[in-house]
Amino acid sequence: MTDKKSRLKNGMAIFKRTLHGSIVPVVLLIAWEALTRSGFINPQILPAPSQVLLKWIAYLKPLEPYDPANMSYLAWLFSGELPHDALASIIRVVGGFAIGAGLALPLGLLMGGSARFYQLMNPLVQLLRPIPPIAYIPLAILWFGLGNPPAFFLISLGAFFPVLMNTISGVRTVDEIYIRAARNLGARGATLFLRIILPAATPHILTGLRVGIGVAFIVVIVAEMIAVNNGLGFRILEAREFMWSDKIIAGMITIGLLGLAIDTGMDRINRYLLRWHRGMDQ
Amino acid sequence: MNDLSSPQLQIEGVSKVFGSEGTEVVALKDINLSITAGEFVCLLGPSGCGKSTLLNAIAGFSLPTCGRIVANGAEVAVPGPDRAMVFQEYALFPWMTVAANISFGLEIKKIPKAEIVEKVQTLLEKLQLREFSDRFPKDLSGGMRQRVAIARALALDSPILLMDEPFGALDALTRRSLQEELLRIWMEFKKTIVFVTHSIEESIYLADRIVVMTFRPGTIKQVVPIDLSRPRDVASNCFITIQKQLSQMVMEEQMRFQKDEVEHLRA
Repeated sequence: MTDKKSRLKNGMAIFKRTLHGSIVPVVLLIAWEALTRSGFINPQILPAPSQVLLKWIAYLKPLEPYDPANMSYLAWLFSGELPHDALASIIRVVGGFAIGAGLALPLGLLMGGSARFYQLMNPLVQLLRPIPPIAYIPLAILWFGLGNPPAFFLISLGAFFPVLMNTISGVRTVDEIYIRAARNLGARGATLFLRIILPAATPHILTGLRVGIGVAFIVVIVAEMIAVNNGLGFRILEAREFMWSDKIIAGMITIGLLGLAIDTGMDRINRYLLRWHRGMDQ
Repeated sequence: MNDLSSPQLQIEGVSKVFGSEGTEVVALKDINLSITAGEFVCLLGPSGCGKSTLLNAIAGFSLPTCGRIVANGAEVAVPGPDRAMVFQEYALFPWMTVAANISFGLEIKKIPKAEIVEKVQTLLEKLQLREFSDRFPKDLSGGMRQRVAIARALALDSPILLMDEPFGALDALTRRSLQEELLRIWMEFKKTIVFVTHSIEESIYLADRIVVMTFRPGTIKQVVPIDLSRPRDVASNCFITIQKQLSQMVMEEQMRFQKDEVEHLRA
């Protein structure tokens, strides 16, 4: 078969799959649109999807007309309310995640690598771990006031435990045979840890990072609803006060898209870092 | 260095007891064995005869309860690259490419980079792995993986090569071709090889001397020298005669192993 032909065939297969997968969403959207347009559902409670889309576009668009004297075109393009909110939320997620994971990773490696340190720290970890990060909100506000500091604190806390627990178990469950082989080849101490134990534990660690950023993303929305006055979480709560259900849904869709983007990004990183792993074929 | 008058590997009164008081299992009991430089020795016996335990003791993974092992003139205390090991499960590092697996031991030895590259190339060539240099172990067949493991062990230039049922998981054809390759390598590099197997045929095909071990406690039942010239013909009369003789010896131990298993279930 020629290359062109096979590519065409491949393209057709993808097209068919996409078509097949979009049946349910499309039917649902049509039903939803029909139900609200016919007056069966109060649009204040559940606006039509078309109305949500229009709101989403308005939310996305710059607030003022383009003025070259004021700012660059690109800056203007992203001057709308939605880009601002999304960026604020992303910065919080990434920053909080970096702090939480940055602390959890070395601690997890230490706890996984040293039985004595594990015994020392594990009771405390087990005691704190079941407390949901959201339960820290009152304390966070008491300690850090309002604004970004409590948000960063809560988000890093949310990312901390998944990364910690997975790193510990990753290090502790490294197959003994790799350690034996490495010691036989003369590896000891830091070399053994960095070149054998750490890479052998990466599948677990990456799982932890992925769960961690997922939790961070949940916590950022909650933190913004309570402690901050911008970001996607703040915006949908604000919209509720004005009964703007279309804006609430537009915000929720944005949150969903952002979460999907983060997860896809993590998946890409996973696939690259674990290209040696058996489960990563295809 | 390979002084023929003194043995390369000396096992003196080695015993190994596992478990604590009351539930002790004597895995090895008073093993004495002297292996000269360049010798190919097979440890043969059924499961539970302590052959792998003995190999692990030589490797330094699990030291004897009493007795001592002297390898290359020094008493064994820790694992080290002077006793390179090839494992049954290959034990390749899956996150390293074939070339990186082979060069790992050399990097630890702090050998200059250019020298490592050259050495790895030679070994890849020798074991017909050149095309696989940048592949990860997951992409290789069992036979290819074991070639990489052998190359990784050879890279260390250790005088002793310890092999723990290295071909046990391979199909018969791959197994035979790797056996031949191993013999070629053994002659070319003049290694002292201690090879654990439960295959009687494999041990006769490979070894200068076969050490038949008894089932629990593991002792040396008999040491059988194989004087057949190489390459050995597995269908020759001599080969078959030795095979019968060994088979009887090993089966006695196998029966004891099975009896023990039944008793264990009843208890």
